[in-house]
Amino acid sequence: MTSAFEYAPAPESRSVVDIAPSYGLFIDGEFTDAADGKVFKTVSPSSEEVLSEIAQASEADVDRAVKAARRAFGAWSALPGAERAKYLFRIARIIQERSRELAVLETLDNGKPIRETRDADLPLVAAHFFYYAGWADKLDHAGFGSSPKPLGVAGQVIPWNFPLLMLAWKIAPALATGNTVVLKPAETTPLSALFFADVCRQAGLPRGVVNILPGYGDAGAALVAHPDVNKVAFTGSTAVGKAIAKTVAGTRKKLTLELGGKGANIVFDDAPIDQAVEGIVNGIFFNQGQVCCAGSRLLVQESIQEELLESLKRRLSTLRLGDPLDKNTDIGAINSEEQLTRITSLVEQGEAEGAERWSPACELPDAGYWFAPTLFTNVTQAHTVARDEIFGPVLSVLTFRTPDEAVAKANNTPYGLSAGVWTEKGSRILAVANKLRAGVVWSNTFNKFDPTSPFGGYKESGFGREGGRHGLEAYLDV
Amino acid sequence: MSDKSEKTEQPRLSVFKTYKLYVGGKFPRSESGRVYEVTDAQGRWLANAPQSSRKDARDAVVAARKAFGGWAGATAYNRGQILYRVAEMLEGRRGQFAREVADAEGLSKTRAASVVDATIDRWVWYAGWTDKIAQVVGGGNPVAGPYFNLSSPEPTGVVTVLAPQDSSFLGLVSVVAPVIATGNTAVVIASERSPLPALSLGEVLATSDLPGGVVNVLSGRTAEIAAPLASHQDVNAIDLAGADEALAKELEIAAADNLKRVLRPQPVDDWAATPGIDRMTAFLETKTVWHPTGSLGASGSSY
Repeated sequence: MTSAFEYAPAPESRSVVDIAPSYGLFIDGEFTDAADGKVFKTVSPSSEEVLSEIAQASEADVDRAVKAARRAFGAWSALPGAERAKYLFRIARIIQERSRELAVLETLDNGKPIRETRDADLPLVAAHFFYYAGWADKLDHAGFGSSPKPLGVAGQVIPWNFPLLMLAWKIAPALATGNTVVLKPAETTPLSALFFADVCRQAGLPRGVVNILPGYGDAGAALVAHPDVNKVAFTGSTAVGKAIAKTVAGTRKKLTLELGGKGANIVFDDAPIDQAVEGIVNGIFFNQGQVCCAGSRLLVQESIQEELLESLKRRLSTLRLGDPLDKNTDIGAINSEEQLTRITSLVEQGEAEGAERWSPACELPDAGYWFAPTLFTNVTQAHTVARDEIFGPVLSVLTFRTPDEAVAKANNTPYGLSAGVWTEKGSRILAVANKLRAGVVWSNTFNKFDPTSPFGGYKESGFGREGGRHGLEAYLDV
Repeated sequence: MSDKSEKTEQPRLSVFKTYKLYVGGKFPRSESGRVYEVTDAQGRWLANAPQSSRKDARDAVVAARKAFGGWAGATAYNRGQILYRVAEMLEGRRGQFAREVADAEGLSKTRAASVVDATIDRWVWYAGWTDKIAQVVGGGNPVAGPYFNLSSPEPTGVVTVLAPQDSSFLGLVSVVAPVIATGNTAVVIASERSPLPALSLGEVLATSDLPGGVVNVLSGRTAEIAAPLASHQDVNAIDLAGADEALAKELEIAAADNLKRVLRPQPVDDWAATPGIDRMTAFLETKTVWHPTGSLGASGSSY
């Protein structure tokens, strides 16, 4: 489709970032090869270009890193909170200074649009370090009793959808509370974590306080199971979360899990339609829908279904899919071939089960992993696309007649991470928000994050909260 | 011997009590029809307690789920009123509980009476928390943007409680009261060896305006009853206070199937010491609700 105002291409320069041909593991303040010498390649999802070759951590490397973190723990936890705070402030400032470089890097390695890394991920990453820096010398006043103690070595496993932001969510509160860290980034997005290792070096962080181990699921499993790890934090799929919960059962390891979701975005007939459409788009197409709290189920009141869908389809037709380094791009690449296959198969299943599939006219680039924004109508609660987390740019539309029905349908899922409510009526927002079994409820907005605000799920979306005062609890002996 | 002398020599024969479960506000026997012998600390027979089955456990979950909406939705003030009334009822039965605790734990009369007093005080302490915990653990978040957001605690749902084995009344109340004070409903497995104070607590709860199903009390073999509850898909959390290390691990693995919130057994030296708020926060979720503020200030307008 042609529009009145075509954009000229405006790709961001990638010259601001130097990617080395190979990277090691970051253990005890130094980059090192994997014990067994294994490496893997990380590719750019938008072009399939090999960006770099990365050392692949195995069990032996996990052991080395945990030992380094254990050695560092004594001195780090004994530092006055004000001193730890200053290290975190340094990290936050360096991230701000290098945010251009990191945003471009993240876009290259992850495939998400530069508009998102630049305007959402990086500012939030810096803000998280600033926020928790301020807690480091105030822990006595955080409401967990006087002088709460750190747990020790934190083993952290993070996903590929927000590589640097998830790192910040994990590392900032861990360091502020006096723990040391071994973090495993996802195998498809290791680069920004390795650049973060360099940020730690610039900040003068003591050796061993932060260790970064790129690798696959086996390295994550070894880290979670390591007997000298005191705290396990995981963000990822519900299936892996359950396996981790079983691994740490019967140990003294403290566990927090941020898992999947199937968020309901509920639009009532009195909602401001234009804002709601923007919210729906943001809810499911932000980061190509690869968001655990995505609003992947649209629940629209029957009386406005036609009007809303018409507006929504018109809006989807204006989304620009393509080069993630172009700052006008709305939809970037899917993170990996594996994920693209999963999305494709779930969408095909949705069609086979009788849901009606729609996408705007959308040209997909030849190289890379792409999926057009997709809408399913005629969806019932029994359909796979209404039940399973797709983790892609796929929205399922269901309808309801009464607020009670909306709440019942919204809660009809084993997940409980996020929900949205769109209505001009304040009392309805409060009543519905109150009844939704979800850890975050966005009313008349969606996908908003802030370091001061606790985030986390009910039910099978996991337990524990990240962000805010609540986020400290996961890293303290309370 | 005459009839007259027989009358004066024979002490009055007491009326035995059939201890029953407390499920959904009613007092059923175990559907299994089984009982087990409960003895005092010296091994003397006290009563036959119901030995609950898996079916009893499932019935209790159904009752607890049914009660959850109403109890969680009651105002905090109302929950406090009801819990306070429970304390009033307990106060009226101090003598009975002192006897039962003395028998169960082999304590002197005075010591048992002071344990009962501490238990009633503990209940009152939690009654007072119902309308305060949200202010202590929730609050407004200073978001960097034109949004207003609030974090509030909410009960997680149906909680299975394995009551401590050693402290049949004070320990029991110390783990049950925090669960329901915050709006959860509970399926409680009484101390296996000393279940009688727990079963009597059921009678108190039944006459205290507490809606049926909010607390359900089962007696029997802890491991046998706990296993189906730990793997039950409609149970949201489990407190393993009364499990030994091996059982706790097994139950925790089962609980991972639907990601139940698990409170692992913590050694408690002195149940009489003031508890923190940990037993309440363990079974609370945090919900954060956002709304745009429409920042008039940013455009320079004023009120």
